[in-house]
Amino acid sequence: MRNSRTLSLGTGLFMLLGFAALLFLTTQTTSRGLSFGSKPHYDITAKFDNIGDLKVGAPVSMSGVEMGRVVRIGFDSNDYKAVVTMRIDSQYHQIPTDSDASIYTQGLLGGKFIGLTAGGAETYLKNNDRIDFTQSAFVLENLIGQFLANVAKSTTASSSGQAKADAPASAEKTK
Amino acid sequence: MDIPRGRVTAVMGPSGTGKTTLLRLITRQVSPNSGSVQVEGQHLETLSRSELYDLRQRMGMLFQNGALLTDLSVFENVAFPLREHTKLPERLIRQLVLTKLQAVGLRGASDLMPAELSGGMSRRVALARAIVMDPEILIYDEPFVGLDPISMGVILRLIRRLNDALGLTSIVVSHDVQEISTVADLVFLLSGGKVVAQGTPQQLQSYPSEIVRQFMGGLADGPVPFHYPAPDYFHELLDRGEAT
Amino acid sequence: MFKDLWESLSESLVNLGEIVHFLLRLIINVPRSLLRVDLIVEQIYNAGALSLVIIMLSGMFVGMVLGLQGFQLLQRFGSEEALGTATAIGLVKELGPVITALLFAGRAGTALASEIGLMRATDQLSAMEMMAVDPIQRVVMPRFLGGVIAMPLLAAIFSMIGIYGAQLIGVQVMGVDSGSFWSQMRASVDFVDIKEGIVKSLIFGVACSLIAVYEGYYAVPTAEGVGTATTRTVVLSAVMTLFLDYLITAMFL
Repeated sequence: MRNSRTLSLGTGLFMLLGFAALLFLTTQTTSRGLSFGSKPHYDITAKFDNIGDLKVGAPVSMSGVEMGRVVRIGFDSNDYKAVVTMRIDSQYHQIPTDSDASIYTQGLLGGKFIGLTAGGAETYLKNNDRIDFTQSAFVLENLIGQFLANVAKSTTASSSGQAKADAPASAEKTK
Repeated sequence: MDIPRGRVTAVMGPSGTGKTTLLRLITRQVSPNSGSVQVEGQHLETLSRSELYDLRQRMGMLFQNGALLTDLSVFENVAFPLREHTKLPERLIRQLVLTKLQAVGLRGASDLMPAELSGGMSRRVALARAIVMDPEILIYDEPFVGLDPISMGVILRLIRRLNDALGLTSIVVSHDVQEISTVADLVFLLSGGKVVAQGTPQQLQSYPSEIVRQFMGGLADGPVPFHYPAPDYFHELLDRGEAT
Repeated sequence: MFKDLWESLSESLVNLGEIVHFLLRLIINVPRSLLRVDLIVEQIYNAGALSLVIIMLSGMFVGMVLGLQGFQLLQRFGSEEALGTATAIGLVKELGPVITALLFAGRAGTALASEIGLMRATDQLSAMEMMAVDPIQRVVMPRFLGGVIAMPLLAAIFSMIGIYGAQLIGVQVMGVDSGSFWSQMRASVDFVDIKEGIVKSLIFGVACSLIAVYEGYYAVPTAEGVGTATTRTVVLSAVMTLFLDYLITAMFL
């Protein structure tokens, strides 16, 4: 029978090491650290025409500083808009009520996130408030379509512009 | 079979007749296909799990190889039932264990590990363990297998003395005819799964039955044949010869 | 030949069913077995502390190989800084739990199976039953619980040492920037990944410990039988681990 003290000591050390490893993994390898879900927070919502591929868990930041995360994405079937719920850390409690929320892309081809731009109001957003000013996600296909449409418009405009310029001139001539 | 209380009963028979199975029936490690087993008037099949465990605490069993727990010392092995079933203080446990070890003559070996014991010694330790809870029934499964004459004599002496001193009912399964006859009060002889004879050792010596005579006398041939069934010898030899 | 195949297949299925049956029996016994803390502690030592050397050594080497291979692979895309992310996620989610389980099956699993098998072969388990001690409670449960508790801890230790091993090779030897190594890792690795790793190692712990104690308990009571039980433990544990790994990964996705 093993010495009971060595046994308990050995087991204790082992379990200590094991839990230290778990602690290491949870704190040193993730950005959330120990405060996962436990920090005080408040929720705000915003409606977008198009959220692109914005995902739950995407960061919400202002001036590049992360203040919260997207926790829910819903759909309003009355006005056909996407409803995004954002959970903001309570330490950032001075977001003006007229701020706007836009959907940006991380890097060139990264995931989407929400950027808040401060407004000038003196009242601040509280729990369950809504941001009214929003800008939808940048969708590549729309941009290309817009670009092509612009190209088409400018070519017809320039040709019709010429025609118009000629017309009054000729009209004047005929006077 | 009726096994009397307070006596040493031997169960003998050729190998494979089911002696060990009989023991397992008594301890209800197996259940009978037909018939019943009663211990002190109680039908074993009717017992619940906890009642069965209670009954088993009143029985002690000595296994063929001792079956000591290899990771515990001699002392701890004998103390095992006490530690598991009672909440006796350590001092009392120590006294009980040493007393039982003294009874089997191994009090001085209490710190050894089972691996350091000889066959006879480990069987004696197992015996001490079997009696540590003061059982009423003691069962020995082939206790003499592989022992030298001295050790055998020791165990025999213990069987008899413990039985009388503690008022036990002892059941010994063995096929060492001469040895067991010296201590048994009653002998059952099994063959082919049935009881073919019962009586005192003296009665069995002159029992009017071929199988009993062969067994008791250690005869090579008789109802249990010497030759394993085979085709005719002459023909088999000749056939082989012709083939080559 | 097909008959043999069918027979071995159906035998395996029956075997699997019996193992699950045994698991249920063990689960029922859990509450009562928690009272014998002394036995459980002893078994955590046997399964965990005694496996530390092999786990830590393997973790170190696997981490170093990950660092090496990962660096060479990422270099082709110019993303060496992602080495931290790659090794951390690879270890925490997959390699940590799986390799630990396989090593566990080899070291601790075989020890469990042969211990219990030997007790079966020398009648110790029968003797316990005769002494009205439930061998499941006294012998099987502590070993089973010891394995289940030890496994996630061992996997975490493996992953931690692995990450340091990768860091050793990546940063010290191959020149990846230390800051990038850790910060990119922190940015990409999420708590969900760690949770997945822990869940996996817990499930592997249950499976491998279950298989080990089962094979030992029902081993044929001969020397040969114990040997067979040990071999079967390793094989079955390995297959089960890899199979469950796929299932759990798919579920988490």
